[in-house]
Amino acid sequence: MISFILRRVVYTVPIMLGVSLVCFALVHISPGDPLVSILPPDASVELQEQMMAIYGFDRSYPEQFMRWLGLAVQGDLGNSIATGRPVATEVFNAVGNTLILAVTATIIGFTLGGLFGFVAGYFRDSWIDKLATAISVIGVSVPHYWLGMVMVIIFSVELRWLPATGAGPGGSSQWVWDWEHMQYLILPAITMSVIPMGIVARTVRALVADILQQEFVAGLRAKGLLDRGVLAHVIKNAAPTALAVMGLQLGYLLGGSILIETVFSWPGTGFLLGQAIFQRDLPLLQGTILVLAMFFVILNLLVDVAQTALDPRLQRG
Amino acid sequence: MAVTADSIAQLATVEKSRGYWRSVGARFLRDKVAVCAGLVAAGLILMAIFAPWIAPADPLDGSMIKRLSPIGTEGYPLGADELGRDMLSRLIHGARLSLFMGVVPVLIAFAIGGAIGIAAGYLGGWVNTITMRVLDVLYAFPSVLLAIAISGALGAGILNGLLSLTVVFIPPIARVAESVTTSVRKLEYIEAAQASGASSLRIVRDHVLGNVLGPIFVYATSLISVSMILAAGLSFLGLGVSPPNAEWGLMLNTLRNAIYVQPWLAALPGVMIFLTSISFNMLSDGLRSAMDVKQ
Repeated sequence: MISFILRRVVYTVPIMLGVSLVCFALVHISPGDPLVSILPPDASVELQEQMMAIYGFDRSYPEQFMRWLGLAVQGDLGNSIATGRPVATEVFNAVGNTLILAVTATIIGFTLGGLFGFVAGYFRDSWIDKLATAISVIGVSVPHYWLGMVMVIIFSVELRWLPATGAGPGGSSQWVWDWEHMQYLILPAITMSVIPMGIVARTVRALVADILQQEFVAGLRAKGLLDRGVLAHVIKNAAPTALAVMGLQLGYLLGGSILIETVFSWPGTGFLLGQAIFQRDLPLLQGTILVLAMFFVILNLLVDVAQTALDPRLQRG
Repeated sequence: MAVTADSIAQLATVEKSRGYWRSVGARFLRDKVAVCAGLVAAGLILMAIFAPWIAPADPLDGSMIKRLSPIGTEGYPLGADELGRDMLSRLIHGARLSLFMGVVPVLIAFAIGGAIGIAAGYLGGWVNTITMRVLDVLYAFPSVLLAIAISGALGAGILNGLLSLTVVFIPPIARVAESVTTSVRKLEYIEAAQASGASSLRIVRDHVLGNVLGPIFVYATSLISVSMILAAGLSFLGLGVSPPNAEWGLMLNTLRNAIYVQPWLAALPGVMIFLTSISFNMLSDGLRSAMDVKQ
């Protein structure tokens, strides 16, 4: 097991390097001078050169990359061009809010999707299976940002039950788990949960149907075990894969929260990205994407290790 | 001798494949859901092609006094948008850019990713290892994040949007192509072709492609639905298509501020995205089971 974990960690290092290279390249594939947005249009040549030197744009690419990577490892992601504040601080504040949203959405989506998928797989080809399949197809096909708008229209504009946007009276920095704040979380979290729900339902349905067809289940039944007992075995067998899917989905939600955060003005990383795009604030864009991608890589690693720990058969593969 | 054997084998494949496609067609037609989805998708494509002839009004021509007219206003069956442009005409015209932005990246990625994957799978060895490791890096990004990162850096614009979506879809397609090709390469008839002295290019063209393109294509069609949602999502964020063009994601974006005035009007473009995405999704599911591709 330890050697497996080590191998997996070693394998992750080049991926992380590659990911940072892609993030580094983002600034350089963007057209135009990266300093255009901070310099006045009539800036003198000296001022331009001075700024180039401050931001390090006057050196060779490999040199710039090494310098940028060295600073990034120490937690320095540069300063936002628009606000002048350190990117790391801005991202750090926003990540917490995105986590609140994404974790809540994953829990809702996993519970409902797992339930639908389980029932559908257990009663295969029944009407309940067809219903669950339809729900999962809708879940993966619906443009979630539009679903968010529809939720706002129904529950905020028409019914006036829940607030439409924002994260409550504490603003972006002070989240509290009380009703005053949580009512702001309900709509975005439910909207976001629809994505993993469809995928989890699909996976669990296939898993359960597959496990029920295996010989050991027939064996258990022949032994005289009641349905409830069989159920426990099915859950035990489906759990590692289902948990892995859940972990990956959390990663996708962290990275893909931008559209939903934009709809609900939720002050997380997605909102930050939207701002960075709107103001062409490249260091902010780069830093946020780097942090989110690293989160995703590490989460993948953890999921892999956890899955192998739960199901040692995978180690051989 | 080798030539004759080869041509006989080829004939046999052609005969077999014709029968195969016929049975795929028959199986597909029996699947009512897939046929319905196919009809809706075909309808949407026809709507995009013939938009200027179907649409009752000019999609760019607005009237200030008609701004945000509700659904059912006379002369504006689906209302008017925030600049007083006919919603129905904009939705019809929107099919053009929306479908283009959704489908084209998948097609390009199918060509590029397919080629990369087949080459890596057939050549194997260190070429395979290096190619797949490089793709793993792009795979390490959630797709939404990668699309937004690239188009955010490149800036708004149709071409930038297409480019970023293509980059997003190359790794998954290449991965599927690689795994399918690797499994085909291990089959005995490939070894036989190699033994008979056929060149790599010839083997790939005559013996590998026919067996791997189907599964890769089915996989690619399953990405169209994701691509539609992502492409419209980019425009929704202000990347991708820019105003005053009619595109569903962009329309959602500009109508978003109107949800307190005309809520259901503002939601209309999303219905179109949803309809397109779900019909392509079910079409692809039907295609997969008709071709009996296991993934």
